[in-house]
Amino acid sequence: MLKIRIIPCLDVAEGRVVKGVNFVDLVDAGDPVEAAIAYDAAGADELCFLDIMATEDNRDTMFDLVTRTAEHCFMPLTVGGGVRTPEDVRKLLLAGADKVSFNSAAVANPDVVAQSADRFGSQCIVVAIDAKTVSPGKWEIFTHGGRRPTGIDAVEFAKTVAAKGAGEILLTSMDRDGTRAGFNLPLTRAISDAVSIPVIASGGVGTLDHLVEGVTLGGASAVLAASIFHFGDFTIAEAKAHMAAAGIPVRQT
Amino acid sequence: MLTVIIDYDSGNLHSAEKAFQRMARETDAGQVIVSSRPEDVARADRVVLPGDGAFPACRAALAQGHAALYEALIEAVETKARPFLGICVGMQLMARMGHEYDPTPGLNWIAGEVRRITPSDPTLKVPHMGWNDLVIDRPHPVLNGIKTGEHAYFVHSYQMEMDDPTQRLAHCEYGGKITAIVGTENRIGMQFHPEKSQSTGMHLIANFLSWAP
Repeated sequence: MLKIRIIPCLDVAEGRVVKGVNFVDLVDAGDPVEAAIAYDAAGADELCFLDIMATEDNRDTMFDLVTRTAEHCFMPLTVGGGVRTPEDVRKLLLAGADKVSFNSAAVANPDVVAQSADRFGSQCIVVAIDAKTVSPGKWEIFTHGGRRPTGIDAVEFAKTVAAKGAGEILLTSMDRDGTRAGFNLPLTRAISDAVSIPVIASGGVGTLDHLVEGVTLGGASAVLAASIFHFGDFTIAEAKAHMAAAGIPVRQT
Repeated sequence: MLTVIIDYDSGNLHSAEKAFQRMARETDAGQVIVSSRPEDVARADRVVLPGDGAFPACRAALAQGHAALYEALIEAVETKARPFLGICVGMQLMARMGHEYDPTPGLNWIAGEVRRITPSDPTLKVPHMGWNDLVIDRPHPVLNGIKTGEHAYFVHSYQMEMDDPTQRLAHCEYGGKITAIVGTENRIGMQFHPEKSQSTGMHLIANFLSWAP
């Protein structure tokens, strides 16, 4: 049986983990490679690096980071932030990423998803959707870190990118991100039901029950969280034990 | 001892290279290189064929894009009987035929055809993406020490349907049986990514590197 994945996400700026990772005794809490190695050992199912600066100047830093991580961690790695073209995808895949995530560029031009999927396969193309509730049961895509409205309906956009060949959707609720109030479950459910590809729920995790709800109520194939793991509130093993107790299939290592 | 991971411009070989090199070091299995040179494949003691993307694109990249490399691969596996491991689409290429986009012939090493995954439960997502537990069907030296219930990392929308069930060494369940490992003679293939499958994957890689069929 396929297992529900737990994915810690590291926000990276200029090659450093933003706010650091403090769940184990890392020599350097800001080194993404050290954090990745620790999460690998802790039984995370995948890792996600998000380049939150993503300026042209620090692209090489990200490539170097991905390369070094791939040398030490034999687990799947998704990289996002500032990915604009199929050529960006190629460079990240060659550096050692397994999946590459489009965000604003896919909103501006959904065909970039099709071009990339045709060239590299759907299995490595993720589309990150940042959505905000605009009215009950209605969600709109926002770009530029949630600051810029687009007028695009999130559910329709999810269907569009799935049809263009995206292999997975990383869905972040901008209403919930950083609140620790739990996933936006109606949004997660609506997108998950609308597409036949896996959906990763993101944004708002504060408790282990939130992870469970993302799957049982939201219909997510994977759950992504940052702070509850980075700050040591819970370990990956605790999260998996809690989900297993709730009847969710997880890989316990 | 030389293990060559064949580079025919399909997908990311960095993590495969690092995983095989690490296990070669730990098991004293010699050198591991990534190469697109036919002469490297000709002198290889073991050959690994990875593959990401669509079956026809991989087939064309190998057979047409790298014709001399392709001939060296056939020579190494069919004539010299060197141990061979196909990974993901590299495993699928071992089949007689692939049916992704257009019907495309494979290497015809395994009696099977590659078709889109159609889970019996329509709510199951495709691609089949993530960790699934292996059910071992038949013993094999490369599976030594691997038990039913161990997890491997899968990412694929197509799978090999077997004509000859004795060539299926392991499967997993996803609204039906998904072929996970195939093998015959000096050839073995894994639908999942051993180089991404943490300790189970490293164990399989180490076994392959010491396999003497």
